[in-house]
This record gives sequence, C-alpha cells and structure tokens, in this order.
Amino acid sequence: MSRALSETAPVEVDDPVGDTLVDEERPWIVLVWNDPINLMAYVTFVFQKLFGYSLEKAESLMMDVHEKGRAVVSTGTKERAELDVFRLHEHGLWATMQQD
Amino acid sequence: MGLFRREPFRLLGDGQVGNNLRPDERELLHHLLPQLRELLMSPSDPALKRLFPRAHPGDAALEAEYSAMANGPLLEARFAALDRIEATVDEDNFSRHDLEAWLTGLSALRLVLGTRLDVSEDGTDVDAHDPSASAYAVFDWLGYLVHAAVGALIPGLPPPDPDA
Repeated sequence: MSRALSETAPVEVDDPVGDTLVDEERPWIVLVWNDPINLMAYVTFVFQKLFGYSLEKAESLMMDVHEKGRAVVSTGTKERAELDVFRLHEHGLWATMQQD
Repeated sequence: MGLFRREPFRLLGDGQVGNNLRPDERELLHHLLPQLRELLMSPSDPALKRLFPRAHPGDAALEAEYSAMANGPLLEARFAALDRIEATVDEDNFSRHDLEAWLTGLSALRLVLGTRLDVSEDGTDVDAHDPSASAYAVFDWLGYLVHAAVGALIPGLPPPDPDA
C-alpha cells in the first residue's frame, strides 16, 4: 500500500462519519395520523395537554390530521421525538416519527 | 341520551370534578373495566393493536428498539388508568387529574371496542337487530363520555353534535 493511499484512506473513512454526524443532527418530526376511532375533540385536547398548544393551534393541527390525513405535531432530537411519540401512544393516538 | 340529561362530568370551582354518572352507567363501567384489564393480559390479541402503535413503521430495527422500550410502560399506563377509574367511579367528586386518567382509560376502551367492531369514520349506524348493536351502543356511549370529559377539561369546546 502506497504512502499516499494510506494517508487518503482515513480521510475516505472520515467522510461517512462526518455525514452520519450531520445526519444525527437533522431533526426528527413527529407525525399524527388520521384514525376512524379517536374523537376530534379528544385529539385536540391531547395536543393541548402534551404540547401546551393554544386551543386554536391544537384545533388547527387536529383539522390537518382529519382532512389531510396527518400532521407534524412536534420536531426535535430523536430522544425528544421518541418521548413525544410515546406520550401520544399513551393517549391512544396513532403517532410515528421520522427524520426530516 | 336525551337533551335534558345532566353533564356527566362537571368542573367545580375548587379544581374538583363532579361525577354525575347515573348508577347504570357506573355499573356498566364496573363491567367493562375488568374485561379490558383481562384483555391486556394477552397483549398479542389483535384488538389491542391500536393501543401499541408502531413508531417506526418503515424501520424494523428502530421499531424493535422502540417497542422494547415503550410497550411495558404503555401497558402500565393503561392498567393505571383503569385502576383510577375503578377507584373513583363511585365517588361523587374526583380531581381534574383523575378525570385525565379517565380520559386515557375511556379512550383505550373505545380503541379496543372500535377495533373489534372495525368502525369507520362514516359513523356507527347499525340496525337494532344487528348482533353487534349493543356493542355499538356501548361504543357510542364511551364516545359521549370522552366528549363530556374533554368538554369539562376544555371549557371553550363546542358541545357534541346531538346527531353524532
């Protein structure tokens, strides 16, 4: 192995690591999906309770879920998103998370 | 349920909630809660799938990680909510915090019953002779209670649609 290669190789290895770091910093979004069972008023209440949203904002998110099939209800680190998804699941809402 | 009946839950001035459920309604809850508790003992029952949704439907590894972490606490939360309802259903008053636990428990009951009945968004109008008619009636009644509980917790919320 040439000296040049042995010097460049670590750089090539570093690149994906760098990408991964950037990847990890990309925020996660928490989505709530429309379902035929939960009542609109209840979904609004849960958004207010869990995220401290105003009635107006909670209702507008709920209407997005109802009419568009889904809405982004929170954004943050993976840990934060996971906690939000868990709390939504605890309340029976159909929530998923993905990286933005 | 009639236009003239009392609100099932009434937020009182001191942060307490007045429990105006009729005796037959309390009885029905005493009947339903143990059924859900028993069902929760066999978490693989398909009726429970809405109580344990997937957080990462597109990523099996992340989903395995999430469900390993979340399913135990999700189960515990449901048991705690059912316990809370059973402990307070015969009280004249309970706390606002209790009513929030009620909501969690009532919603879980609705999700399981709704999954069993395979309800759609178009409503639950069924023929009175349908063998599931009484289950649909219970489902609608649970919805009425959920709406009433939310109404007590969010005063500005419009009343439920009487036709719903």
